[in-house]
Amino acid sequence: METPILEVEDLSIHYRGAPQPAVRNVSFTLGRERLGIVGESGSGKSTVGRALLKLLPTADITAKRLQFGETDLLNATEKQMLDIRGNRMSMILQDPKFSLNPIRRCGEQIAEAYLTHFRCSKREAKERALAMLEAVQIRDPHLVYNRYPHEVSGGMGQRIMIAMMLLAEPRLVIADEPTSALDVTVRLEVLKILDDLVREKGIGLIMISHDLNLVRNFCDRVLIMYAGRVVETLNAAELDRAQHPYTRGLLAAQPRIGGNRQPLPVLDRRPEWSQPMEGTA
Amino acid sequence: MKPVKVENLSMSFGVGEAAVKVLPDVSFDVAAGECFGLVGESGSGKSTILLCVAMLLSTWGGRISIGGQPVRDMSVMERCRNLQMVFQDPYGSLHPRQSVRTALSEPIRIHKLGDMDDRMAQAMTDVGLPVSFLDRFPHQLSGGQRQRVAIARALILEPHVLLLDEPTSALDVSVQAEILNLLQRLREEKGFTYLMVSHDLAVVDHMCDRFAVMQHGVVTEVLGRDAILGGTATHPYARQLIEASLAYENAM
Repeated sequence: METPILEVEDLSIHYRGAPQPAVRNVSFTLGRERLGIVGESGSGKSTVGRALLKLLPTADITAKRLQFGETDLLNATEKQMLDIRGNRMSMILQDPKFSLNPIRRCGEQIAEAYLTHFRCSKREAKERALAMLEAVQIRDPHLVYNRYPHEVSGGMGQRIMIAMMLLAEPRLVIADEPTSALDVTVRLEVLKILDDLVREKGIGLIMISHDLNLVRNFCDRVLIMYAGRVVETLNAAELDRAQHPYTRGLLAAQPRIGGNRQPLPVLDRRPEWSQPMEGTA
Repeated sequence: MKPVKVENLSMSFGVGEAAVKVLPDVSFDVAAGECFGLVGESGSGKSTILLCVAMLLSTWGGRISIGGQPVRDMSVMERCRNLQMVFQDPYGSLHPRQSVRTALSEPIRIHKLGDMDDRMAQAMTDVGLPVSFLDRFPHQLSGGQRQRVAIARALILEPHVLLLDEPTSALDVSVQAEILNLLQRLREEKGFTYLMVSHDLAVVDHMCDRFAVMQHGVVTEVLGRDAILGGTATHPYARQLIEASLAYENAM
């Protein structure tokens, strides 16, 4: 097996001042694959993503191992992290309305990502940005390059975000609810673009989502988190055969088109779910 | 319970040349005791319709009536007894410095209904919350509990029509299931007429008998629930929406 992109062992994250850690003993290994992290709000899934980029100045991060390629993230300095962020590891956030700078043109923001990490002329960066806009299937890259974020739709904004994050050809992309702010009709389109680029360039992907349907379709493997712990790890194709009552509860609670309209099964939360489990991968 | 009738509703924001027509001409009927869905992409005007029905926006043209009576002609007191609204985000729709008791007692006091304690206890029981929660503040409640309080507040004046604006889209699936079950049970028990906005076709299919597909302020098509799987939608946008939702749900 090829060397993994990311190895996480016993990651715990404690926000200072909080009575309990937000994330407890999370371990996983990521190769050139698409890994989904699913859970309800407050389960710690986004916190894991942010910890990997060390974007949590108010939290204490502890782990046995946090290895990203040759870099030990746990002991990386801020200077090293600046080189990693957006270059070797990048993050796509939920809502392009809030994650793009509202007072700068979209194209300039994309070019900036390239200028920050590579020695090149502005002209070259602009060409790169335009090529990338084309890669995310924007029909008229020159037009969109000169638009401000409020002048583009949500789906296009998210494509711009993807272009920005994949421009430096990172080894790992963390997508935190990349499509939950988008309409159903554009959601699949955006996911498909992200998926194609990630496969084509051999990038590792961590998809953080509350949506089981999404990870089922766009991930190879899924971690299910509850109260800061991973309760189950599954192959996405085998999600229906989940063993843990929490995963099964989440699947059953989802209304389905053509369902029988009987009251939906509700989750019966058990205190033992937040305890460490035996035999989890 | 009462039916809702919307005829030639038109609405624009702004004046003169800068005016933007968000609803050119919308008409539909909701039968008494029916759950009617409004679906469409963001910006298609579905929430605006609810705001017009509730008279939270009042500069619209056309005619909206509940049980044959135009909402425009109703006094505020009368309107509140006829319709109530549940908003999308329970974190934003409850006053952070008012206890549940204050939120529920105020309408009873204004409408001089009496039996305050009984009514509040009944509303709390109806939405599945312990009566002791009356003394809690919103920050002491989870998202699902807050939405239950918002529903209790809508029930307290015993309205005929409930306007539901994405009542579960800010909630987790597991909590969404609880709230949808609650709304379904309340409709069975009390026979409310629901007008429900949602972007999630699975939720609409679960809850509604009929739904209108909206695009750019226009009701493109009113469909029955069976049209989703039956493929009987004729308008291109309605078909696109249904296909995308089905594709999203059933693994590729």
